[in-house]
Amino acid sequence: MNSNVWILTFADAISIATTLILATIGAILTERSGVINLGVEGILLMGAVTAFLVGDGTHNLWLALFMSVLVGVAMATVHAILTITLRANQIVAGLALVIFGTGLSQYIGKPVEGKSRPVTIEPMHLGKLSDIPVVGPILFGHDIFTYLTWAGALVCSLYLNRTRPGLVLRATGDAPATVDAQGVSVAMVRFVHTILGGALMGLAGGWFMLARGTAWSQAATTNGIGWIALSLVVFAAWRPLRAIAGAVLFGFTLQVPYTLQGQQINILPPEIVQMLPFVATLFVLVALSTPRARKLLGAPKMLGQPFVRDER
Amino acid sequence: MGSHRLGGATLFALSARQVTKRFPGVLANDRVDFDLLPGEVHTLLGENGAGKSTLASVLCGLYKPDEGAVLRNGTQVRLTSPRHGLQNGIAMVHQHFRLVDRFTIAENVVLGHRNLPFRLRANDLEDQVAQVAERFGLPLDPRVTVGELSAGQRQRVEIVKALYQGAEILLLDEPTALLAPPEVEKLFETVRAMTQAGKSVVFVSHKLGEVVDISDRVTVMRDGRVTGSVARGEADTRKLAELMVGRDIDLSPRRSRVAAQETLLQLDKVGLTKDGIERIANISLSVRAGEIVGIAGVSGNGQRELAEIVAGLQAPTSGEILINGARVNGIGTRKVREAGLAYVPEDRLGTGLAPSLSIVDNLVLTRDRGFLVDRKSALVEAEAFIKQLEIKTPHAHTATRKLSGGNSQKVLLAREIFAAGDNSRVLVVCSPTRGLDVGAVEAVHKLLDEARSSGKAVLLISEDLDEVLTLADKVLVLYRGSVVHEVAGHEVDVEAVGLAMAGLS
Repeated sequence: MNSNVWILTFADAISIATTLILATIGAILTERSGVINLGVEGILLMGAVTAFLVGDGTHNLWLALFMSVLVGVAMATVHAILTITLRANQIVAGLALVIFGTGLSQYIGKPVEGKSRPVTIEPMHLGKLSDIPVVGPILFGHDIFTYLTWAGALVCSLYLNRTRPGLVLRATGDAPATVDAQGVSVAMVRFVHTILGGALMGLAGGWFMLARGTAWSQAATTNGIGWIALSLVVFAAWRPLRAIAGAVLFGFTLQVPYTLQGQQINILPPEIVQMLPFVATLFVLVALSTPRARKLLGAPKMLGQPFVRDER
Repeated sequence: MGSHRLGGATLFALSARQVTKRFPGVLANDRVDFDLLPGEVHTLLGENGAGKSTLASVLCGLYKPDEGAVLRNGTQVRLTSPRHGLQNGIAMVHQHFRLVDRFTIAENVVLGHRNLPFRLRANDLEDQVAQVAERFGLPLDPRVTVGELSAGQRQRVEIVKALYQGAEILLLDEPTALLAPPEVEKLFETVRAMTQAGKSVVFVSHKLGEVVDISDRVTVMRDGRVTGSVARGEADTRKLAELMVGRDIDLSPRRSRVAAQETLLQLDKVGLTKDGIERIANISLSVRAGEIVGIAGVSGNGQRELAEIVAGLQAPTSGEILINGARVNGIGTRKVREAGLAYVPEDRLGTGLAPSLSIVDNLVLTRDRGFLVDRKSALVEAEAFIKQLEIKTPHAHTATRKLSGGNSQKVLLAREIFAAGDNSRVLVVCSPTRGLDVGAVEAVHKLLDEARSSGKAVLLISEDLDEVLTLADKVLVLYRGSVVHEVAGHEVDVEAVGLAMAGLS
């Protein structure tokens, strides 16, 4: 078999991982505050269609991406109001976001369905680095956002572990009553990080559309990547740096079926191979549902629990 | 530092003036006055619901008083939040600790401190925390994760947290509830170190015995009012108990008056291993008719597992349990009950009684084995013991969840002692007076004493050491699932029992 094909597969895996990392970090920030946002898939779809439509209308790449971030912020704000202010069930609110995002993106994307993307995020050429055999194309042939995302994961990790607001954020997910007793508003911490998370998810959708998608198609654009991001959060044990490794691994399993298909290798039907990341997701989510596994994995203790100050 | 004087009048560090606080349907504080001197240890004593916690919450800024004022150093302050209280040097350590298990001690202590730099340097913080801890004789390693600490150590973390944030007045809510006696002694040392540094401490407690040891002054509350304030030297437990309940209370030891007879309950090398952890290790004990065997120990040392094993809710992984000489392990709860066991679980509403069913229906639950419910005779029985035990309820058809803790406990005990009949001669009782007021404690103790006199074998598992010492003819101490100390009730050396509870024997 051609070794170039596999180099390309690895390169693609790392590229796809960009969306996964952005969405996963968004979810990590949200969940560390104690809010679970299952609406990732919906936000990704809305971010993608927004980037496409704005790009189509203005041909301005940066405006397109900015608007997808704003859409992410808007959707996360809805989630925050529902779950933090009104104390709605977080799972139900998250699922509602997915259904809403799927439906609305299909509706507003109808006029451009099948149209090829208007603007493109081009890969960078890093001079001699990109010319190194094997390593060059795998690591140094990506666009600026891939590298920014890696840096973002590092910043996020430092934020969580080395700063005062990061400390408060971690405490909010684990023991909101403690934070409240210190005079810090639990609702504020949760709002800020849910919305920040939504911004990253919106960007993940926009980037995916303009860097990886060729044409807008509601059914085929994100293809369940939002769900994978949610299981990646668990896989990464709520740590941003581990999310990079997990994202590359999942990116690889997403990419392999296409490579095998291209090489006319039919060990397994491609549908089965494409299913694998979702099977992994299923297992992760089942594991997460038992209290013991949650403890073992280090889930924020009060994840999914609305905070009510107990007065008599 | 002693007391500060200003123009001849004593300047109090903290005062409450005519504080009134209402909750829906309850007058929790009724024109309460309270004064705290600098460098003083002052206990707020009262039963559950007497209003002492409410007053403490008003003093620390958690609640706003409906009427009246809080004065700090003689000047009125309007505290809007615990944060604001802290800015005035007032901190409260709650009974349920407000700590993040997964954080280190240092992280917990500095959490919420507003004057920290954006970027945290772990080493600097750890040094600062260690310094504060050392100054007040609180040995702590700031790098340890709080999840690994005992209750006593967690409490020290809470105290260090308050001191680190500059607290001058510390309100401790039921601080000894979760501690073994040696840890209580350590807490008292810390309190003394703090008062020597000029800080004041308020103990909020319902335990009579210990407050006399540590307090300079005791203020007693009942039904939302202050019933008396007694200085050190004038305070004896009997007088304080009277102030608390408003009548004379008998809490003297009750011992068996009949000679113990045949063995009814026997545990032979019983062990329980769950999830690879040994919860109960090789416990052997026997309880004879007409005696109470007390199991003492700090919460979480296997009490719950032991009770559930005896009650048939869990099967032991090794050893044998005999009731009336018949082997009962692993035969199921119903058959264990038929073999003669009555069980009063720790969780009286939920496990013990069905909260939304009436007193009568709760009786029927364990009485009838037939298909149809016989409410008539159950009602007669229920009314008989409602009268006999002075259970306060509108009528026998009232749902048990509407009763107070003491009254629902009486219903449960009555069911397990009387209604179960003469067939049930083994009684397992877990923490029967947790959360009850002194009057109800007296009633429950009297009931257990009567059960003993009527020839039942009683196994009393309680985290309240005083309770075990008051009732038991034989005292066993449970530590990490093993019996580490065993002594006859009248030969108890409290210090030795205390050390055993802390695992130091």
